[in-house]
Amino acid sequence: MGKILEVKDLSVSFDVRGGLLLRSIGTVKAVDNISFSINKGEILGVVGESGCGKSTVARLVLRLIEPDNGSVWFNKTDILKLSKKEIRQQRRHMQMVFQDPYSAMDPRYTIFRSLCEPFQIQGVKLKKEALRKKVDGLLELVGLNSEHGFSYPHELSGGQKQRADIARALALSPQFIILDEPTAALDVSVQAQIIKLLEDIRERLNLTFLFISHDLSLVSYFCHRVIVMYLGRIVEIISADLIGETPYHPYTKALIDSIFETVPGQTKQTAPLEGEVPSPFNIPPGCSFVSRCNCAKAICREQTPALEKTPDGGQIACHFPLRTLK
Amino acid sequence: MIENKKTEHKPPWLVILNRFSGNKMGMMGTVLILCLILVAIFAPLLEPYSYKEQNIELISAPPSSNHLLGTDDFGRDLLSRTIRGARISFVVGVLSVAISVVIGIVIGCIAGFYGGVIDLVLTTIADLTWSMPAILIALLFVAIIGSGLESVVVAIGLSYWAQYARLVRGQILSLKNAVFIEATKSMGASDFVILFKHLLPNSISPVIVAATIGIGNAIVLEATLGFLGMGAQPPTPSWGAMMSNGTAYLFIAPWMIIFPGLAMMITVLGFNLFGDALIDIMDVKNKESS
Amino acid sequence: MTFLKVSDLKVEFQVDKKTITPIENISFEMNEGEVLGMVGETGSGKSLTAHAIIGLSSLVGGKIGGSVQFGEQDLLMISDHDMQSIRGSQIAFIPQNPMTSLDPVYKVGDQIVEGLYKHTKISKRKAKQRVIELMGRLRIPKPDRVFQQYPHQLSGGLKQRIVIAMGLCNNPRLLIADEPTTALDVTVQAQIMTLFKELAEERGIGLFLITHDLGVIAQVCDKVVVMYAGNMVEFGDIKIVFNTPSHPYTKALLGCIPHIGMKKGTLSAIDGNVPSVGTYPSGCRYHPRCPYAFEPCKKRIPELIRKEGETQVACHLFQEIKD
Repeated sequence: MGKILEVKDLSVSFDVRGGLLLRSIGTVKAVDNISFSINKGEILGVVGESGCGKSTVARLVLRLIEPDNGSVWFNKTDILKLSKKEIRQQRRHMQMVFQDPYSAMDPRYTIFRSLCEPFQIQGVKLKKEALRKKVDGLLELVGLNSEHGFSYPHELSGGQKQRADIARALALSPQFIILDEPTAALDVSVQAQIIKLLEDIRERLNLTFLFISHDLSLVSYFCHRVIVMYLGRIVEIISADLIGETPYHPYTKALIDSIFETVPGQTKQTAPLEGEVPSPFNIPPGCSFVSRCNCAKAICREQTPALEKTPDGGQIACHFPLRTLK
Repeated sequence: MIENKKTEHKPPWLVILNRFSGNKMGMMGTVLILCLILVAIFAPLLEPYSYKEQNIELISAPPSSNHLLGTDDFGRDLLSRTIRGARISFVVGVLSVAISVVIGIVIGCIAGFYGGVIDLVLTTIADLTWSMPAILIALLFVAIIGSGLESVVVAIGLSYWAQYARLVRGQILSLKNAVFIEATKSMGASDFVILFKHLLPNSISPVIVAATIGIGNAIVLEATLGFLGMGAQPPTPSWGAMMSNGTAYLFIAPWMIIFPGLAMMITVLGFNLFGDALIDIMDVKNKESS
Repeated sequence: MTFLKVSDLKVEFQVDKKTITPIENISFEMNEGEVLGMVGETGSGKSLTAHAIIGLSSLVGGKIGGSVQFGEQDLLMISDHDMQSIRGSQIAFIPQNPMTSLDPVYKVGDQIVEGLYKHTKISKRKAKQRVIELMGRLRIPKPDRVFQQYPHQLSGGLKQRIVIAMGLCNNPRLLIADEPTTALDVTVQAQIMTLFKELAEERGIGLFLITHDLGVIAQVCDKVVVMYAGNMVEFGDIKIVFNTPSHPYTKALLGCIPHIGMKKGTLSAIDGNVPSVGTYPSGCRYHPRCPYAFEPCKKRIPELIRKEGETQVACHLFQEIKD
């Protein structure tokens, strides 16, 4: 059970330009020194609110965006050192399922044509018959039939479109799939269908997932381990089993506290977290969570906490974790 | 949804076409345009006389049973000339818009796809062209390359490209970050594939709509140039030239201006109705899908 | 006196010579100071129901049937003019997506004050004072400063609070909020929902909350209406409906929701899709997906049956028991 993905010290900043001559008016450090690894066959979740950088991490891992520094090792290959041509070949093994099923397919292509495209792009030469068979197989895998293949995206429901998107990601038989909020735009019952589908194909095809979501309940159910991000940094990495009872970071606890359970009458012991995620422009030194943390002390404003190991096999970046690290 | 029906699957453009047939104004516009096309194609068969044939005895004659629309100052049958004029207007309209669209698409694609300084430069050029009245640009080009029908086509083509460039650029800018473009990139597609197989085809629809209305504008511009004596030379019966000719006879033989003018008005109306209907339908489709 | 009582609400449209009934069989009631939740997935008709209650333009071309008793008046019977004066003063509506509810070219404070002017005779200075107080009560930090700002300068959570302030400025008796927190971060959602609950209690207003989020409904609401494909399937006290759901759809829906600590692989799903408007199945609109469906389900739309504890269910299973 080796590591399929290893990310070290990944960072990226974006220049925001504006004004008449497109001058730079500020810098956003979207992802700040991220390091983590994923084991083969694991489902790793990334959770956080707006501006935390989770979607950016996904795109950095696939090298859809170039990082400023850091390394991304996929199956012992540093993909950041590959040439453009090599990276295109590498793309067969790592695919992505996207957030918005409504625009994930070219609206002018039938689903069938969209599913043929990965093969065409990667130069996989297949006879018409064989290609047709392959696509039908993919459709079946995700619970669609060939009738859906003949349809255009606007004729399908949100759930069906998402299934098609998953089918496309599976076309080249990848080992690793990143799912960026794949169910955020879907109804709860449809989300459940898609999650069950993902559970099924992961087992059947022996896949590894990086699952990104803002929904902590969903992530703790579906994933084995969870990374919690805030303003571009990792604040905690924790096993999904342990989230409910024993988070170490105040932000993780705040996320848990803001969950509304479906069992009525659960009065919350703590008041909801005050304030909002601050602007990502020019983040001040120290812990990024300091502006909203109830237990912040002077050192939190001065020194950025480093990621340390917890006794449960996770990691935490906090000067005053909620539970002791010994 | 799909479960139980084995229905035909309609591509987005067919859906629009279906909706179009319900739009009365649009259908009327289509009918008018079709009439123009038919008249233009079958002109030699439709005209009762040759458009060049002069009849000295019937100079500036009013409409009669022999000459339904009257004759002009050379005794030429106005009906025949108006019919032949349709061919000229149609050819000029379509060809010049074709030139504008091609230029516009190329520039719009480059500006939208590459962005940055290239985009800034191209957009500025487009804006400058856009802000000058088309008639001035056309006159400038005609002055350089000389008058005549071919020159008019090129001149008009070079005057109107800016709006198509802006439309294409706008569409590409908004689609560049669409999920399916990102998906295609993540599959390993090259820039070329993304631009030509996905971005461009999805950017064409507003261009088509603008082009239909643009044909109307081109016809008017041709008539204006003809009116100023810059366009097709006599005896070629451009509607504009005919009207220019007829101004001197406005009170004596008003039919020399009225009939070509009416023909032009109906033609441009047809294109505008068609284009407006397309815009309405696209709007509905956008609203529905959100 | 009834506060709000909706009976047999129905909306019909003629499309291409066919009659389509996007919502039908909606009956529920609400008392003053209560928080009523309407929950349903896409295509359930919840927004349409809210619009029908307050007579909004999305229903142009449609016929509304039934009655909406608000205090002494039937809102479906009164004139447009009367309805307009009720809207904003007695009934406030907070639409989806605060980003588009605010006019980008006016300061936010002015937009709230405008709402105040429409229904109350009040001096400019007093109006501004009232609005700033209200903003403070909604926990908007530095309200006098925010008053002067434009929508694009504010965060999502702040914009939502401004929109809520617009709704509350005339002290309405009923506040209808349509998906008020969908576009916001989860921590901000928690703040806004807590705020709603406090406001309802403090001011004794009725709060009609429309959302697809069952968790929010469970914690914030006193009563709930469960909608499916334009029909009401269950209505009653939140504790009874969510702890012991009667309708198969309610049961199935609650089972679809993941919880922290839930064992992997135990999530259940509902097979099939929600029927789209105009393609509803015969009889009960849920029957093709219902594991308990039997003969009558295909033939007749189930009536609303009143069970013990004031819960109402529209399901043939209970009709059988009643018989």
